Amino acid sequence: MQEYLLLMVGAILVNNVILARFLGLCSFMGVTTRVDTAMGMGLATTFVITVSSMLNWAAQAYLLEPFGLGYLRTVVFILVIAGAVQFTEMTVRKVSPPLFQMLGIYLPLITTNCAVLGVALLLIEGRMSFIESTVFAFASSLGYSLVMVIFAGLRERLALAEIPRLFAGPPIGFITAGLLALAFMGFSGISTV
Amino acid sequence: MFLLLAVGSLTVIGVVLGGILGTAARLLAVKVDPLEADLQALLPGSQCGQCGYVGCAQAAKALAAGDAAATATLCPPGGKATAEALAKRLGVSIDLSDHVERGPEYAAINEELCIGCTRCLKECSVDGIFGATKQMHTILVESCHACGKCIPVCPTDAITMRPIPVTLATWHWPKPATAH
Repeated sequence: MQEYLLLMVGAILVNNVILARFLGLCSFMGVTTRVDTAMGMGLATTFVITVSSMLNWAAQAYLLEPFGLGYLRTVVFILVIAGAVQFTEMTVRKVSPPLFQMLGIYLPLITTNCAVLGVALLLIEGRMSFIESTVFAFASSLGYSLVMVIFAGLRERLALAEIPRLFAGPPIGFITAGLLALAFMGFSGISTV
Repeated sequence: MFLLLAVGSLTVIGVVLGGILGTAARLLAVKVDPLEADLQALLPGSQCGQCGYVGCAQAAKALAAGDAAATATLCPPGGKATAEALAKRLGVSIDLSDHVERGPEYAAINEELCIGCTRCLKECSVDGIFGATKQMHTILVESCHACGKCIPVCPTDAITMRPIPVTLATWHWPKPATAH
């Protein structure tokens, strides 16, 4: 139990997908202008990362490894992720039209979010078991959502702050992101796996 | 052998995923009324709520469903062109002889009358009104889309609609009388 907890803390805070591994930066800069869109994006990405990691783990364990097809990993993973995203989109559209309207264009764009592929590749690299990899994927995506919401909150305040004209908009966003990454480096003092 | 295995496995994954998605697309298909989609495309899409519905999507839904309250003339900002286009798509005839076409307008607060009650502030659908309790309010002209929802709530009748003045920056050639 303790090792799973450590794994989760490590994936959420210490090796945060966005601020320590620098994955998924386009959505990090792109959809964090408002807290609620950031939250929606975070939720949808959490779901996709968790589901596609499970599928990718299975693909790695039962297809790529036994047949020595490791060099096809990227292609197969992308295929599986695209399928999972498409399926998620259809399900959300059927089950919850309001959520579908809220997420809109962000849903299909998750396919190209490198955090999704990155997490899948990381858990193969770490040679994790199925449960470990599911916990790791879920925790990583929680870390992703956390940083998205924090950064969106910061940017909402930045929008109202008095910023020198030279820095207004994306520049101050990048500087803030750098400071946030520095702050998250503080977590690396926590010893984890 | 190696090549066949690689090609074969990718083909199998592709076919399986495609099959699952194809089945899912059928099982999870959402029916969209083509009439509703067309009507929504004809509406301005500014979600002002003057028609009495929450937004243009809801108005299009009511129009498509044939609600008694919803008629082709329901959209005030759309003007004559929108009403005619809606009537054409719905296949009904409308009488627009007493229709007065209004140009683009904006709402303005008469600042001498404003008592700072914040009622119009809460009503504004585009957050285009600035102000605070007991302080004079003002309307951001560039945000205002003239839905007029702030006018009836004003206790001192301080809000009026004014035509947007034509300047060199906003002037354009007259548009065709009807939309096609």
